[in-house]
Amino acid sequence: MPPGFVENLYVFLLAGFLGFEVIRRVSPLLHTPLMALTNALDAIVVVAAIIIAARPGSTLTLVLGAIAVAAAFSNMVGGFLITDRMLRMFKLSGRKKP
Amino acid sequence: MTLGALDPARLQSLTDFAYIVAIACFILSLKWLSSPATARRGVLIGEIGAAVAVVTTFFNPELVRFQWVLIALLAGAIIGIPLGLVQMTAVPQRTAMSHAFGALAAAVIGIAEYYMRIPRIDKFEMVEIAAEVIIGSLSFTGSLIAAGKLQEWLPQRPIVYKGQNYVSFAVLGAAVLAALILVFHPTAPAVFPAMVVISLLFGVMLVTPIGGADMPTVIALLNSYVGLTAALLGFVLNSKVLVVAGALDGSSGFILAVIMCKAMNRSFTNVLFGAFGQLQVTARGAQEERTVHTATPEEAAAILAAANTVLVVPGYGMAVAQAQHKVRELLDVLTRKGVDVKFGIHPVAGRMPGHMNVLLAEADVPYDRLVEMDAANSEMPQTDVALVVGANDVTNPAAKTDQGSPIYGMPIIEVDHARTVMVIKRSLNPGFAGIDNPLYYEDKTLMLFGDAKAFVSNIVKELSGGGE
Repeated sequence: MPPGFVENLYVFLLAGFLGFEVIRRVSPLLHTPLMALTNALDAIVVVAAIIIAARPGSTLTLVLGAIAVAAAFSNMVGGFLITDRMLRMFKLSGRKKP
Repeated sequence: MTLGALDPARLQSLTDFAYIVAIACFILSLKWLSSPATARRGVLIGEIGAAVAVVTTFFNPELVRFQWVLIALLAGAIIGIPLGLVQMTAVPQRTAMSHAFGALAAAVIGIAEYYMRIPRIDKFEMVEIAAEVIIGSLSFTGSLIAAGKLQEWLPQRPIVYKGQNYVSFAVLGAAVLAALILVFHPTAPAVFPAMVVISLLFGVMLVTPIGGADMPTVIALLNSYVGLTAALLGFVLNSKVLVVAGALDGSSGFILAVIMCKAMNRSFTNVLFGAFGQLQVTARGAQEERTVHTATPEEAAAILAAANTVLVVPGYGMAVAQAQHKVRELLDVLTRKGVDVKFGIHPVAGRMPGHMNVLLAEADVPYDRLVEMDAANSEMPQTDVALVVGANDVTNPAAKTDQGSPIYGMPIIEVDHARTVMVIKRSLNPGFAGIDNPLYYEDKTLMLFGDAKAFVSNIVKELSGGGE
């Protein structure tokens, strides 16, 4: 078994249950921003992509790593941007538009 | 970089610590998203977490070649910023595209790991990598097909043929078989690329037969796959930050998919393999003679002005007609006349979870005017007018009464319990799922035939011209 497998499994289970409990409480009103935000958080794979692309290796791993960096980083930038844009639109009545 | 002088062990624990900070930020981010009042703070803390993780990664002493990484980051920003600025009507396809990018990133990292590790790769590692690459690849092409359907580059109707499910399963089986071969012979020539190609093909076959009306479930399910891919990648790379981020994303997508399925009274298997939408082309015709009542914008305006309470039920048709801004004007003019206007939102209205809410929020409809299905239904008997704008199946009473209907059992917004129902619709053609709606033939129902945007605009003109 690879190093850390059992430990990672613990983390996975706990994070899964935690995610379930936290996300269950998100109002259906915000389900679209929720999906945009989790996409942006998931884009943290960019750190793995940076390591793959930047550490010594073949041209193949450099190319694959660079593709992954671009794809993940576009999600990170775009995801946070659109989540914030959407959330700014949600207003209560009585408060006039800025 | 001066930090290169730090001793590597200390640097490693610094990196680990930074990743823990990032994880804490992510969890807080989702927690604060639970209410509109704190949600923007949630985005900020998420951004801080991501920035901490990314910046720390650059201090990794193993890293030597940076120029391509910087170019790729720049490219990512150039692609990502426009994708963050799309119109709210385009959010479903944007979301599908971001699922595709997320899956692509995770899948190619898995592929790179495979080529870096062979020939010294143990069986267990191979299982992890194969699972990660299969799910990542199929989510990539599946999401691309979903985006294509939502953008209407591909037909939204389900594309089906006889024996489709058997063919699809055979293809998935082939991918798993390839993975098994790799576990025992990791260096077997051409098997790894074949596994990737077969998985890509399976993603196409998985989503092509699914119709536009099922997109909310499919998008949520793909979201969950992408999260699972990231978590598996975390196992492959022994990286806890990826395991946690993937688990959070995966559980979010899963919860949303379950909510969507419940809102349609269907199972995952039925959504994925049921090929909804080509049903019930029969059994019409015979009933073609039934009469409907119609009304002009003037008549509709008079009825709305005389009402005390109005419930607007928006659907995908409102997004297609871009009518949300006109609907907001209707809200304004009716509110000025003292009419209490609310919006009843069905969980699967639109093309993704929460789609109607962001469309109406963009049009400046305050969110305390939006009510969920159950609340809308309990207020329905006291509602004078239910105005259906571009929604169809989610208001179809056949879901409650007609056991033969394909949507039987699906929870609906019971507009037929309101005193008067008005339905804005282009024509009597059945909705996306091809299911006839008996609501239209009821005595209390008035059909307002025309383009949703133009019709609402005429009602608004009538109301603001005639009154005050």
